[in-house]
Amino acid sequence: MDTDHLGRPIVVITGMGVITSLGQGQAANWKALTAGQSGIRRITRFPVGNMRTTIAGTVDFIPVEDPSAPALSQRLAELVIDEALAESGIGRPGAFPGPLFMALPPVEMEWPQRFALAAASGANDQVTYDDLLRAAGSGKFEGYYTRFLFASVGEALADRFGTQGSPIATSTACASGGTSIQLGVEAIRRGEADAALVVGTDASVNAESLIRFSLLSALSTRNDPPSAASRPFSKDREGFVMAEGAGALVLESLAAARARGAKVLAVVEGCGEQADGFHRTRSSPDGKPIIACMRNALADAGLAPEDVGYINAHGTGTPENDKMEWVGVSTVFGERAGSIPMSSNKSMIGHSLTAAGAVEAIFTALTLREGLMPPTINYEIPDPTLPVDCVPNVARPVTGLKHAISNSFGFGGQNVCLVLGTA
Amino acid sequence: MPRDLDRDALITGIGLVSCLGSGIEATWDALRSFSPVVDAETFAPFPVHPLAPLDLDKQIPKRGDQRQMEAWQRMGVFAAGLALDSAGLKGNADLLSRMDMIVAAGGGERDYTVDAAILSGYGKQADPGAWLNERLLGDLRPTLFLAQLSNLLAGNISIVHGVTGSSRTFMGEEACGADAVRIACARIAADQGDMVLVGGSYNAQRPDVLLHYEMGGLLRHAPFAPVWARQADGPGMVLGSVGCFLVIESRASARRRGVEAFGHIAGIRTDRCRREPGQATANARVQLAAMPAHDPAATAVISGASGAPAPTREEAVLLAELGLPVRASATALGHSLEPAFPASLALAALAVKHGTLFPPLEPAEAAMASPLRQALVTGWGHWRGEAMALVEAA
Repeated sequence: MDTDHLGRPIVVITGMGVITSLGQGQAANWKALTAGQSGIRRITRFPVGNMRTTIAGTVDFIPVEDPSAPALSQRLAELVIDEALAESGIGRPGAFPGPLFMALPPVEMEWPQRFALAAASGANDQVTYDDLLRAAGSGKFEGYYTRFLFASVGEALADRFGTQGSPIATSTACASGGTSIQLGVEAIRRGEADAALVVGTDASVNAESLIRFSLLSALSTRNDPPSAASRPFSKDREGFVMAEGAGALVLESLAAARARGAKVLAVVEGCGEQADGFHRTRSSPDGKPIIACMRNALADAGLAPEDVGYINAHGTGTPENDKMEWVGVSTVFGERAGSIPMSSNKSMIGHSLTAAGAVEAIFTALTLREGLMPPTINYEIPDPTLPVDCVPNVARPVTGLKHAISNSFGFGGQNVCLVLGTA
Repeated sequence: MPRDLDRDALITGIGLVSCLGSGIEATWDALRSFSPVVDAETFAPFPVHPLAPLDLDKQIPKRGDQRQMEAWQRMGVFAAGLALDSAGLKGNADLLSRMDMIVAAGGGERDYTVDAAILSGYGKQADPGAWLNERLLGDLRPTLFLAQLSNLLAGNISIVHGVTGSSRTFMGEEACGADAVRIACARIAADQGDMVLVGGSYNAQRPDVLLHYEMGGLLRHAPFAPVWARQADGPGMVLGSVGCFLVIESRASARRRGVEAFGHIAGIRTDRCRREPGQATANARVQLAAMPAHDPAATAVISGASGAPAPTREEAVLLAELGLPVRASATALGHSLEPAFPASLALAALAVKHGTLFPPLEPAEAAMASPLRQALVTGWGHWRGEAMALVEAA
């Protein structure tokens, strides 16, 4: 059967590529992730004097010219797409037979560029935007204009990989990666395409973005040692750790994958979402949107809660998120909730923000394939109000795992849940 | 396969705010007796089309909500409220909680005072990096971050109006506005949803966005001139503050609710190219061929031409060849990037609903005396992306 319980094309994953602070590629990441290693480190990219948080899961091992968030985000996307395409074997180089869906961080010109404009303006005492505008008129900064267009990363990727049609860049904050997968699944289900290329990428650790999260008291300030800062589900958790990364997935209809003899890595069985109108940064206290999001995903997959054997948690390690995620999980899964393994990759890779949903969907697929559940590290002091089996500190083998869910929640009331199944 | 009429995508609500006014009646009246609304002073030498004053309390009743947003979000939330009112959905908690939403958004809004202080002081510090951190930590308002995030327009619409079925934000200047509409229509056609709130907003009255396009050499420096006339005496974009949302609804749902539609989006296509000369035209020809048939005697074009020199000139040649009456929406509203395509669709739907095209906005545009039944909408991005839609009477 090539169609699902609602008669829609079954959507499968035939290629994956990933970069996180733990390294480049599925193999390196999976090895480190299942060994309980942390990719969180001291920030060396920019001065951290006066900062409360001085650590992050930066990706410092990929060189890029004229560094900026979009430049590195684009480079990470290129590399993970290369890996996913190589595994999938789909299409020809530079000619991907389907649309491109991306989760990208919002783009904005950064301080190095503003300082360059200010220097070029010749203003020597009080510098205002009038001075920057005068410098901009020189025509010497056209490169900045192109780089900081919201469309620039997508257009570059569409050119490089020869995807079809207008590239779709989505931002649903920390749920973006999940949303981009959902958009790809929906396009295939509508019959618009037999394949879709999905990528989530985020390399926006810079001084101002770190400070913005810091001002919202969202970040861990437990700087020593960096590896101990991200503590999802622990009683002494105090915030998330900003991180970078990228994940790419080749999605195909099962029929198309089978027709070309492709190896199916996992099935995207369902997607659910539910927006939350309660508050800009906080979840509705009753957890209703998170609950509805997970139930929508299970209904979309045609599964019942008892079919789910593993939960890849959003698990940011903020007091609020982990509490609300448990409210949702304990309601949806009832008495089983505390016995379903539910681990947080973010304990090791940090929170890769826009990319997280894509990166963690890939790790969920690997969990299903390998029968090995990555741990939640730094779990030293259980929170008695969160009686969760978070696979504490050591990876755990699992047999007979068929279905897993991956949660993503974001500022702005964004909630996405994906249901993945074994091939 | 015959078309499933029940799954037609109708426009059942329009919310539009711009320099021409607040709401579709004010907009239509202004188009019927057009004179440009331009602020030539504030950002001289760059003219901009300023947003008409809004009575924010009417759509954003809580002052706390108003304070939590910056201008682009307030105008978007306001326009979204107008669209829901216009569709008869405002306050219908049950339907709104199942309604889908696709927002086309940029982002940003900076604190110009903080930026200027940092730019002025940075070079004078012994440890400039640590000083920058100190200033940002001390001077940035924490909530400004939430006014900068692209998806927080959608987030505010969920909070203020209760639209929570789904919430996706697309980014990417003009193209994302067109793709938002395209995917909304595709979802409806495929029965993946019945009602979608689609649109966006753009605040042109910002030094940082002017800075961005000035770096690209794309802004008109001279006093205002209409889009087509501008090409002879200093081409370039004149940006405009616009908020525009559409309620796009299946015919079956509109019938169930007993609401009258503004128009039917009978076709919509989007694509991209590298913008080598002629490539955008080639895309537009493919799109035109894919549109449902239109009657040349009863069709006009609402062009989204931005004023940016190369694509505007190329589109003008193609439009001349089509020989239909044309109106450039950017002459009236200013160019508004993300919401530009939804706003052009709104003007097209209004004209189709009235059965008549509004008068020419400049001498280069031909009058149309005969009744209007269909409108082609073009949306070529100033840099990338080409879109086309056909709106017809519902």
